Amino acid sequence: MPNKTFFWFFLPTGLAMILFIGLPIISTGIQSFYAQHDQVVKEVKKCDPFGCTVSIVVDQEKTSKIREEKPLGKFNGFGTYVDRNHLAIEEIGKFWNETNSFGEFVDQVTNLPFYKALIFTLTYCLFVTPNVLLLGFIIALSLNAVTRRIRGPLIFGTILPMIVTPLVGSLVLFWMIDAEGIIGANLQMLMDDPYLSLKSSKTLTWITIIIYGIWHHSPFAFVVFYAALQTVPQEPVEAAIIDGASRWQRVRHIVLPHIYPVVTFVALISLMDNFRVFEPIIGFSAEGSAQSLSWLIYDNLVNEEVILFGSAAATSMMTIVGIAILLAPVLIRTWKEFRTAR
Amino acid sequence: MRETNMKKILISILFLLFGTSAYADCNIKSGSINILANDFPALRTFVETAKGCKGSADFKVTHSSEHNKIAVPALTANPSEFSARIAANSSIVPLMNQDLIRPLDDLVKKYGKGIQDSQLITIDGKIMAVAFMANTQHLYYREDVLKELGIAVPKTYEEVVAASEKIRASGKMQYPYAAAYKAGWNLAEEFVNMYIGHGGEFFKAGTAQPSINNAKGVATLNMLKKLAGLSNPDYLTHDSEAIKVEWESGNVALMTLWASRSGTLLDDDGDAKITAATKLTGPATVAGGNIPAATLWWDGFTLAKNRSDADAEATFRALAHAAANKKMVADAADQAVWLIEGFKPGPKSIGVIEAVKMKAKPYPMLPQMGLMHGALGSEIVEFLQGKESAEQALKDVEAAYMSKAKEQGFL
Repeated sequence: MPNKTFFWFFLPTGLAMILFIGLPIISTGIQSFYAQHDQVVKEVKKCDPFGCTVSIVVDQEKTSKIREEKPLGKFNGFGTYVDRNHLAIEEIGKFWNETNSFGEFVDQVTNLPFYKALIFTLTYCLFVTPNVLLLGFIIALSLNAVTRRIRGPLIFGTILPMIVTPLVGSLVLFWMIDAEGIIGANLQMLMDDPYLSLKSSKTLTWITIIIYGIWHHSPFAFVVFYAALQTVPQEPVEAAIIDGASRWQRVRHIVLPHIYPVVTFVALISLMDNFRVFEPIIGFSAEGSAQSLSWLIYDNLVNEEVILFGSAAATSMMTIVGIAILLAPVLIRTWKEFRTAR
Repeated sequence: MRETNMKKILISILFLLFGTSAYADCNIKSGSINILANDFPALRTFVETAKGCKGSADFKVTHSSEHNKIAVPALTANPSEFSARIAANSSIVPLMNQDLIRPLDDLVKKYGKGIQDSQLITIDGKIMAVAFMANTQHLYYREDVLKELGIAVPKTYEEVVAASEKIRASGKMQYPYAAAYKAGWNLAEEFVNMYIGHGGEFFKAGTAQPSINNAKGVATLNMLKKLAGLSNPDYLTHDSEAIKVEWESGNVALMTLWASRSGTLLDDDGDAKITAATKLTGPATVAGGNIPAATLWWDGFTLAKNRSDADAEATFRALAHAAANKKMVADAADQAVWLIEGFKPGPKSIGVIEAVKMKAKPYPMLPQMGLMHGALGSEIVEFLQGKESAEQALKDVEAAYMSKAKEQGFL
């Protein structure tokens, strides 16, 4: 495609992306550098049905004057980024000096909300992405081998997890693993431990969410791989069969190299998706044991009675940076291949 | 022509039938009313009563248990999405902080006939809300289970622990205690209650500096952990609704729950035997204290600032009609502890009445309390899971709170 044609072809999408993705990101970035003005409070008398007390309220007259002058708030630079609820630079330095062993230091750091969330997010990515690729590929290969007559219903059944809304899917599993649900109760019987609860143990909650993630994302990998498998040329495969190549050898040396670009694509998309893991945490009510970066943003925006825009914006920006870092190796590789291909 | 005549006749007949006295001040000619409220039976009754007085004004209502998440953004818009918000002690604070609600003095003077002075929430001499019901968390117990095992009705949390252990030892129930310990707002609320029961203060006097990392804080956490050990192991995912279900399935014999939920607990749904054995008592005290480990709450209505005066007037008239409605209070005496004149407390109001008698403290209405509540909800979880010490958990709460308070300009 000539560059000019491509430009006109891409223009509407590009404009929409700038408007709906680019500008909001810039606005979020600006927001992350600001904090609220210092609150002006005053002592007042408060009366309610239970009696009168002296209490504190925000002095609206003075506050509104300051707000009108600087509606964005107080410039805070990277203050929000480095505070205890985010990168916690100061606290980490303190832990380094105060702790006696490296293990203790790691314990202290992973107790900080941002790092806690980062570790869960990375663990989730690390376990879910490769398993989704593997499982998707195996299902695609197997389905490609069954007779055409039953393939349709089988494909439908396989992509069902993707069709089910993430929240509903996780809720169904949530009830099943309840101490009185079908899985939870049976596990208690199997393990002979009436106190076993998949929801109260941190490790078990993580495992549940990861298994759910694999279940939910595999169909996507399957669909793409299945489509790619249809384009594998038959001649080399037949030639390999005549040469006596085993099934595994054919997959390893003919099919995989052929669909390799598609694997990269699925890996990229999966990584991006998994880094933003959020719905299962809500669906499983797992806030206590598992927090992700996306959940932190959500928490700052809705769980507090006060909305912490600065905190949420700072975490958002760091999530974007995190995704960029994760994708960098794959992107660099694709770019290099693109250059050599030209 | 004939049709309009018919209409006139019909209207006259309706007026004759239903009388005019009750609706005398419901003659609202214009304006639009849109209310945001939490979702439980008493509030539905209240809003329905207000609707009966809407006159020819538009009337809309949103009942949602997610009301806290919607309120500030919806009232910040100008004009505001809602003309009124049914708030409580804690949820009025963010509205006050952001200057989103209007003083009601002139409207109370003009249309507030029948509203008692004790219903008015005044801050710095201005009426900011009109309360209509009171709420608290108190103990529920299964009379049959306690009687069978010869256990007296517990009055302190130490007795609750002892009783629960006895029930568990008897083999009758594995997890005899329940409370809403869901990580987040609910769990933090339990901490607030228990900490107040220990006589604790959340902030250094007159400042926004936290002061919960002390012996009282540690004792509070230890008591919460003891109770959690007697609850269903999934307690960190259980909110008020979930423990209500546990109770109705007969898995629980002692429970701390909101008074406003007693109505649904004692209705005809579910096992009649359990319902008959479900009894209410006041909130428990803890650690030898006099005041109960519970907080008093009021529910009342506030009016949005960013809405026209005409809408505010129409909304106030409709809501004031409900907030001074003796008929509603008599019909729905079971649903809540109404603060409205003419309320005769029934058996379901025992919890709140006992709490008031025992001089329970109201939930602290400080501008920075929401941030403390948020920090508590996420940072004490690891202590309950046995992953860190009580001191460490309290240190984390203070640190998390301070970062947030700095960002919000309180420190």
